[in-house]
Amino acid sequence: MCYKIMIFVRNTTIRTPPEQGDAFADQEKCRAASMKLRSFRGGIHPREHKRLTENKPVETCPCPNRVVIPLQQHTGSPAQPLVKVGDKVRTGQKIGDLTGFISAAHHASISGEVTYIGRAPHPLTRNAVAVEITSDGKDDWTPLHSISQENLAALSGEDIRDIVAQSGIVGLGGAAFPTHVKLSPPAGKKPELYILNGAECEPCLTCDDRLMRERAKDIIAGLRLLMRAVGVNRGIVAVESNKPEAIAALKEKVAREPGISLEVVKVKYPQGAEKQLINALTGREVPPGGLPMDVGVAINSVGTAVAVADAVIRGKPLVERVITVTGSAIADPKNLLVRIGTALGYVIEQCGGFKEPPAKIIVGGPMMGVAQYSLDAPVIKGTSGIIAFTQDDVADETYYPCIRCGRCVTVCPMRLSPSKLGILAENSRFVEAKQANLMDCMECGSCVYVCPANRPMVQWVKFAKNELRKIAEQESRKKKESA
Amino acid sequence: MEHNVAELKDPLVVSVSPHFRGKDTIQRVMLDVVLALVPAVAVGVYFFGGRTLWIILISIATAVATEAILQKLTRKPITVLDFSAVITGILLALNLPPAAPYWLPVIGSVVAIAIAKSVFGGLGKNKFNPALIGRAVLLLAYPIAMTKGWLKPLWWQGQGFFTSTVADFQGAAFDAISSATPLVKEGTPDPFTLTDLIIGKVGGCIGETSAVCILIGGLYLLLRKRIYWQMPVSFIGSFALMMALFGGTRHLGVVQEICAGGLMLGAWFMATDMVTSPMTGTGQFTGGVLCGLLTFLIRLKGGYPEGVSYSILIMNAARPLIDLWAQPRRFGVRFHARRS
Repeated sequence: MCYKIMIFVRNTTIRTPPEQGDAFADQEKCRAASMKLRSFRGGIHPREHKRLTENKPVETCPCPNRVVIPLQQHTGSPAQPLVKVGDKVRTGQKIGDLTGFISAAHHASISGEVTYIGRAPHPLTRNAVAVEITSDGKDDWTPLHSISQENLAALSGEDIRDIVAQSGIVGLGGAAFPTHVKLSPPAGKKPELYILNGAECEPCLTCDDRLMRERAKDIIAGLRLLMRAVGVNRGIVAVESNKPEAIAALKEKVAREPGISLEVVKVKYPQGAEKQLINALTGREVPPGGLPMDVGVAINSVGTAVAVADAVIRGKPLVERVITVTGSAIADPKNLLVRIGTALGYVIEQCGGFKEPPAKIIVGGPMMGVAQYSLDAPVIKGTSGIIAFTQDDVADETYYPCIRCGRCVTVCPMRLSPSKLGILAENSRFVEAKQANLMDCMECGSCVYVCPANRPMVQWVKFAKNELRKIAEQESRKKKESA
Repeated sequence: MEHNVAELKDPLVVSVSPHFRGKDTIQRVMLDVVLALVPAVAVGVYFFGGRTLWIILISIATAVATEAILQKLTRKPITVLDFSAVITGILLALNLPPAAPYWLPVIGSVVAIAIAKSVFGGLGKNKFNPALIGRAVLLLAYPIAMTKGWLKPLWWQGQGFFTSTVADFQGAAFDAISSATPLVKEGTPDPFTLTDLIIGKVGGCIGETSAVCILIGGLYLLLRKRIYWQMPVSFIGSFALMMALFGGTRHLGVVQEICAGGLMLGAWFMATDMVTSPMTGTGQFTGGVLCGLLTFLIRLKGGYPEGVSYSILIMNAARPLIDLWAQPRRFGVRFHARRS
């Protein structure tokens, strides 16, 4: 075992480019105004860069000629294909079925013919089994269900959960955890509070902000349905104070809804991490390795609530989502409603293409997103944004030994000692790192952001987690062989 | 698979998240400390004459050169531009008597950088504050030079700012301008008022006399979040408390004790050294209390008039233990989990 061959030959990050306009001053004002608001301990204040897209209404991206829909877009077991090459499919038709409880269904996002099933590029895992559909240009929809508006009120929690499971809804915040699983709390763990997460603390991203401004009604309707599904009568929509228009839009809707309240939380990264948001709103702390249910809370993003409203009220499965396309290399940054499975390159083309050659393209936010090596990968359900940076912004940096300044310990929202975890992982002391609560790390990147020695601690933590997984696999294999 | 966007000419950079990084660098952190030391340096040079400026510059130059040479010899990347050796040089010089011979900072800086820093593996790996190790070695090896070279503030008036005729500790010329620090154990110190003590117009090491200038620098560091408030507050606070309760036999009052000697410089600039102090606020507080108690004990009962540097070195030694004890409470666990 030669762990010493480090996977990090170099440490490439993006220097936070200067904010355009006087957004930085605005940000300072927001921060001053939010001093007394609720929050968690730790966290950082990265520059937001939301100015580029926050005032641009969501546009609908034209249907592409071809979509690639991976069967694994979610946490859990991959879906099982229901179609074969040559089949004709309609938009919204189920093409992948659940393969267990923690799994998700997937649907055709355009109508046409299935032309390929097999390995294809994937934005998160390099490649994965996917279904390719070539468009017939008609975009011919098939509804998920035909429940009339009058019968909607009669739906039981069970029914709502089934519709959510059948419409392939997963958490749209990024982790893509199947929503129907969250709606099925195990016996004895009954949530009493439903939180909708509209914090959107990642820099650059504005898709949730736009959803809250434009579809506040659907967000509240979705929250009502989610609350009904788990039998909860208290709901909170949490928004960071840097989105005044979203707050105004929601406030108006929430005023007429008994049991639902709007909470403005402090602007801070990672305010939108579910454990931190729960902590900020309720003071409760989800135990290590636990779920929000353990402290009586269910939580989803505002995007998920919109998807639930679409599925239950309009019979539309999750075949499209709003993403933010932004960054210094994009000609015309936008918020776009994109069909799942659309290639990144096609989406970027809809935004005027690149104005400068891109050096780094990220799917997701700049703090937790995944860098892409090609533009062939599709937009999937968990994709919240595409960010392209030019060479000027990308810095190729070396790192230095830890100077023990303790900034990482101060900002760590999970109250770990990132410097220690980094040093242990750097020296292949994975088991010791695990004893130092390595597994608690949610890889938010706050420690790396503040580190003056530029140490890639999160990168090491990911490396260590991977190595620990390998060690565990080896051990279980050995046990099986000896048994 | 065809590209929808024109072919990318250059391959994309792929790296693991996070992709954003703040502006902080080691250089910036260290530069802040250097800036924070400027007032103390300026006042020291003003009161004790131009020769102290040479002492400081010699100390800095030796420290930087030693680090560069050692890094060159050990084929390590040359990182002297990160200002950490500059800080060591300044701090060491500020800890020397103003009449110290010019070779004293040379030896001190070489010891500080070579033995206390580079041998351990360079910046971040050293267990003890390099400047304090340098000072401790000088105090043991050259006790006369380190304890007799006190000068009267503003002695150079009438002689010229850059006069350097003071290197001899025995001569009558020296006696005329020599002084004693307020903390001497035998005999009586030169008379001084509290205002003198606060602005630094008393005998003592080059950079430790002016409480107010050190405070300005310390507050700057606090403002820039380079140090924790816990360390100076608990250091000075615990020392003051002990002095008020048990220091009755001393000839100085509590405020005078705080302003005299190296306490302010130690509490704001040396105990707070990132590399050798605890990593959390709680740990810093604990370390500060330890320093305060030890300083009190050494000043009251010990053989030295001054105990700050040794108490900080002892705190440095206890630092790994303090760090183990003062870990932040794990998220989601109500109490500290018992260590298995």
